[in-house]
Amino acid sequence: MKSSKMKGMTRLSATANNVFRFYYDGFRSMSWWGRRAWLIIIVKLIIMFLILKLFFFPDFLKTNFGSDEERSDYVIEQLTGNK
Amino acid sequence: MIENIDLSLVNWSRAQFALTAIYHWLFVPLTLGLSFILAFMETAYVRTGDETWKRITKFWMTLFGINFAIGVATGIILEFEFGTNWSNYSWFVGDIFGAPLAMEGILAFFLESTFIAVMFFGWNKVSKRFHLVSTWLVAIGANLSALWILVANAWMENPVGMTFNPDTARNEMNSFSAVVFNPVAIDKFTHTVTSGFVLASVFVVGISAWFMLHRREEILARRSIYIAGIFGLASSLLVAMTGDSSARTISKVQPVKFAAMEALYEGQNNVGLTVIGALSENGEKLGEKPVYDTKMKIQIPGLLSVMTTGNPDGYVPGMKDLINGNPERGILPVSEMIERGKYARQVLIDFKMAKELGDKESLVSLQAKFADKDFTDNYFRYFGYAYFTHPWQVIPAVPLIFYSFRLMVGLGFLFIALFAIALYLYSRQLLERRRWFLWLAVFSIPLAYLASELGWIVTEVGRQPWIIQNLMPVHMAVSNISAGSVQVTFFLFAVLFTALLIAEISIMTRQIKNGPKHQEEEK
Repeated sequence: MKSSKMKGMTRLSATANNVFRFYYDGFRSMSWWGRRAWLIIIVKLIIMFLILKLFFFPDFLKTNFGSDEERSDYVIEQLTGNK
Repeated sequence: MIENIDLSLVNWSRAQFALTAIYHWLFVPLTLGLSFILAFMETAYVRTGDETWKRITKFWMTLFGINFAIGVATGIILEFEFGTNWSNYSWFVGDIFGAPLAMEGILAFFLESTFIAVMFFGWNKVSKRFHLVSTWLVAIGANLSALWILVANAWMENPVGMTFNPDTARNEMNSFSAVVFNPVAIDKFTHTVTSGFVLASVFVVGISAWFMLHRREEILARRSIYIAGIFGLASSLLVAMTGDSSARTISKVQPVKFAAMEALYEGQNNVGLTVIGALSENGEKLGEKPVYDTKMKIQIPGLLSVMTTGNPDGYVPGMKDLINGNPERGILPVSEMIERGKYARQVLIDFKMAKELGDKESLVSLQAKFADKDFTDNYFRYFGYAYFTHPWQVIPAVPLIFYSFRLMVGLGFLFIALFAIALYLYSRQLLERRRWFLWLAVFSIPLAYLASELGWIVTEVGRQPWIIQNLMPVHMAVSNISAGSVQVTFFLFAVLFTALLIAEISIMTRQIKNGPKHQEEEK
């Protein structure tokens, strides 16, 4: 029982190691365009999530209202145009 | 209050969304189509064992990778805009968007991101068959991702499968299958995806033609033209078929858009489809909007009637019928829709008042009304009309839609001819000698992008002034924020996306100029 569990664990760690090696070798032997593409992806994601999303694109309803009930009331207010 | 919102806020928010969507769509269709072309090429490699096919697949895979890397996540910006600029809309849509977008996220993550790594890193590391399966799964995954986005988009054009909850002001999905099998979603998915296949095929044929013009990589170019020619021809015929089916659906669910596409003002029997024409204002007005006559037109007799009713003598309503109503044809005037919309809004106001007063009995009966079929079919379905004062306000920009539609269709037929000629010249081994054709193929690449964008202009400008057809007009969907902040982010996006486009074009051009030989040496 214990040995089959051990075998399972060994197989799992071998698979994890293979997956790691697969990605590690893939990234290491990347061509010029691949490295350039990854650089663009990283810069783009930083601009999008750390600059644009944080500073320019707050969620209007989440920022201005504390609960879903308040958000509902606000939108109904907008739709009915009736204080 | 929404009445106080500056119109420039609405216009800047629209402009920003249009800019983002147009740029995003520069990257998407190539991914959709090229992924399948790669799968066909790699299948040829696995079946024949011919290393040239592997070399061809790897070359196009590089261009696919560049496009994928630059385009990935550009669509997320649209979601940022929903939360910031379009908060009323985002809230009102409720969970309708949540389910399809979650499906899209799961598919994109598990299928594309897992198997794309195998596609790029797996050569000589996994078996040929496993690699081939990965390439096919990337193609299927990319296209399935598009399905869910298009399902969400189609719901905006034909909202189905939901009940409005007046307590939360949100639409709640009551039938997932109605949302997924919405006729607009089916037409939109098939038409959009096949148009992506056409764009990618034009791209492959065009670049292959460039190699032939420079007398380089002629085997790669010939074989690529063969695969892309067959795929492109089949896809462009499918685009024509799905476009026809889409037009029929639009004539039912968005008749004003359909009339605008044809600049059809007077309803008639036996209406022809205008192939070419020039619009000119005839001095008449429909409300405050000008009425256009189509001059110098060439028509295919009876075709529009066939497209909409299946009968060459069928009646097609014009803009005047749709705005002023036509009792004989059972068409309600927009003024009546405005009244019904106002009634539906009044019920919502009554519900709100009852809630504030704690009148439980009224609350229960009013809430039940929103689930009542008679109320939803005859009143709530016109809810958005409550925000208009004049019927003519629901007329979109006719000339832009009319010309965009004609140019898109014309280009579609040009691509059918391009693929047919390519296959003919390939079969007669005349490709290298017909330099006019090779130049035509090269210059068709930007035209394919233009046709693809024009399709979105027809669909999105055509449904104005609605963000959700009949339920929510665009001006009711915006957040109460300053127009200045939207202007700032508009220009930020313009800079960011232009930089990404320049990066894409420069990296891709370099890789194309270098060709596969250079890539092999680099390895």
